[in-house]
Amino acid sequence: MADSRKALADGLREAFPEQLVDCHERLGEVTAVFRPGGLATLMRSLRDDFRFEQLSDVCGVDYAAWGQDEWITEQASGSGFSRGVRGNSFARLGLTGVYGVEPVTTNTGERFAVAYHLLSISRNQRLRVRVYCENDDFPMVDSVVSVWASANWYEREAFDLYGIVFDGHPDLRRILTDYGFVGHPFRKDFPLIGNVEVRYNEEKGRVVYQPVTIEPRVLVPRVIREDNRYAERGSSQEDATHG
Amino acid sequence: MADIQSYTINFGPQHPAAHGVLRMVLEMEGEVIRRADPHIGLLHRATEKLAESKPYNQSIGYMDRLDYVSMMANEHGYVLAIERLLDITPPRRAQYIRVMFDELTRILNHLMWLGTHGLDVGAMTIFLYCFREREYLMDCYEAVSGTRMHATYYRPGGVYRDLPHTMPKYEPSRFRSEKDLKWLNRDRQGSLLDFIEQFCERFPAAVDEYETLLTDNRIWKQRLVGIGEVSAERALQLGFTGPMLRGSGVEWDLRKTHPYEVYEELDFDVPIGTNGDCYDRYLVRVEEMRQSARIVKQCVDWLRRNPGPVMIDDHKIVPPTREEMKDDMESLIHHFKLFTEGYCVPAGEVYAAVEAPKGEFGVYMISDGANKPYRVKVRPPGFTHLAAMDEMARGHMLADVVTLIGTQDIVFGEIDR
Repeated sequence: MADSRKALADGLREAFPEQLVDCHERLGEVTAVFRPGGLATLMRSLRDDFRFEQLSDVCGVDYAAWGQDEWITEQASGSGFSRGVRGNSFARLGLTGVYGVEPVTTNTGERFAVAYHLLSISRNQRLRVRVYCENDDFPMVDSVVSVWASANWYEREAFDLYGIVFDGHPDLRRILTDYGFVGHPFRKDFPLIGNVEVRYNEEKGRVVYQPVTIEPRVLVPRVIREDNRYAERGSSQEDATHG
Repeated sequence: MADIQSYTINFGPQHPAAHGVLRMVLEMEGEVIRRADPHIGLLHRATEKLAESKPYNQSIGYMDRLDYVSMMANEHGYVLAIERLLDITPPRRAQYIRVMFDELTRILNHLMWLGTHGLDVGAMTIFLYCFREREYLMDCYEAVSGTRMHATYYRPGGVYRDLPHTMPKYEPSRFRSEKDLKWLNRDRQGSLLDFIEQFCERFPAAVDEYETLLTDNRIWKQRLVGIGEVSAERALQLGFTGPMLRGSGVEWDLRKTHPYEVYEELDFDVPIGTNGDCYDRYLVRVEEMRQSARIVKQCVDWLRRNPGPVMIDDHKIVPPTREEMKDDMESLIHHFKLFTEGYCVPAGEVYAAVEAPKGEFGVYMISDGANKPYRVKVRPPGFTHLAAMDEMARGHMLADVVTLIGTQDIVFGEIDR
């Protein structure tokens, strides 16, 4: 299996020298990072030449909050260790503001990514393809519906949850959220409790939307610890942090 | 005769045959379907986003609630992803217990599927027959985890606890006669393994009963044969997995091709269909139940012979026992840290897939080194199957949509997530 993975990685390097940004094998899985240009033709070649007959999954990722923690565990200050009360991550039960989520404004060109999981049944191989969207304000990649029919709903899902636009998709509608929903809920700057809640209004005789009324509170703070047990493996996969 | 005009009808979301909250907008021409547009998301709970906001172990319970008729199989996918990131392997006994419960779960799922599929298509008795056996499996879940459905039994590093030595018994009550009580407790005298073994002895005969009711049944065949045919090529294109793919004649089972846990050591066959219609998928699933019973039997034999730990011995990941905690300071600290903060998982990404009863259940997990996952993506098998509904239903009659929903084994917990 290890040989076949290495052969796959080498084959990819040979076949797409221009478009391939990075190709590595970690935890027994091959990941290839491609430039977004000409994705549909590239994927077609992966299907036909590399025999990846099936698209298992398409997953949108928002890297805006990568490596952010809420609890300083290394340095102590005059007032002691931080208590993780002031949050800065999306996971806070709060709206935009002091206890909540700060809107993300920096345009890094690496905020949104789409990860495709391909499966070759004839060669018994898996491949993960990752593509970063160049523009953070209007993330867009080519649709692969013409290559694998199964991409249809997965791309609709990534569009719905992350606002990633798939160029060439035949029917890019929202799929999981409510009719008339505003925003893209899985983005890291979308609060966990949402912006609106519904209730039944007796006077109007119908269900109405109103701003959420839940009080913000601190749950388990997000902590990143440098753990010695993983030191050896950590060094070998340092660029696993963010592609 | 008046001209038949095309029109649109709304199916669900409160339709008993919609298996939950499926809403379908069907464009009809007379009684023939021209286009089916499933609207999903009515049960969307943002499980993946919730998982991003909690320490790893606290989301295991959410996984049960995805596909709520094959609970432990979902846990398995999630736990496997964490274990690969942490680079830990559970003890052998835990692996066997997991495989055993995966297969019991497969039977559990297929029984639910068979019963409701039969009910949708018009066979009443099969539903009662299936639920008769299903009850025993629910009791196994309860014996091992304390709950009948949402077990939260698999943990990173093993399973929560070892199999119980006694099987809970029915208690005397004024609503039950002495004779009934004795009958109810007849196979609960020994341990859980005895109970499961007796179930496996009985189960093939029960499957024969289902087959007597359905396999050669004229109405059943009229409703299933030739409905929703999918060629092997299209099945791959559409992303089918599990029995849906095997029904179309593609021999692909993750238990054989990417063996996880101890599937390599177990002896079982993978049934495949030839025509790719609803009837073939029915036959595949029925045979899978027989094969699962065979695997469970092998697991029971192994587990009897090999006692041992069911959790790894690393208290940075696995909480210490209650007793240890009471007289060891170190254990108390471990316990406190694990339950207030959880454990940090090294940065990286992994896609762990298991052969769930409905198909490939995958968990794509990205970690940035924190005590919570950075991103969890669940790849539910039903999602891709339902996406193919339009293609499968086109040109069929309205009544066949119900058969198609049944054959796809739709559960909305996993599709909407």
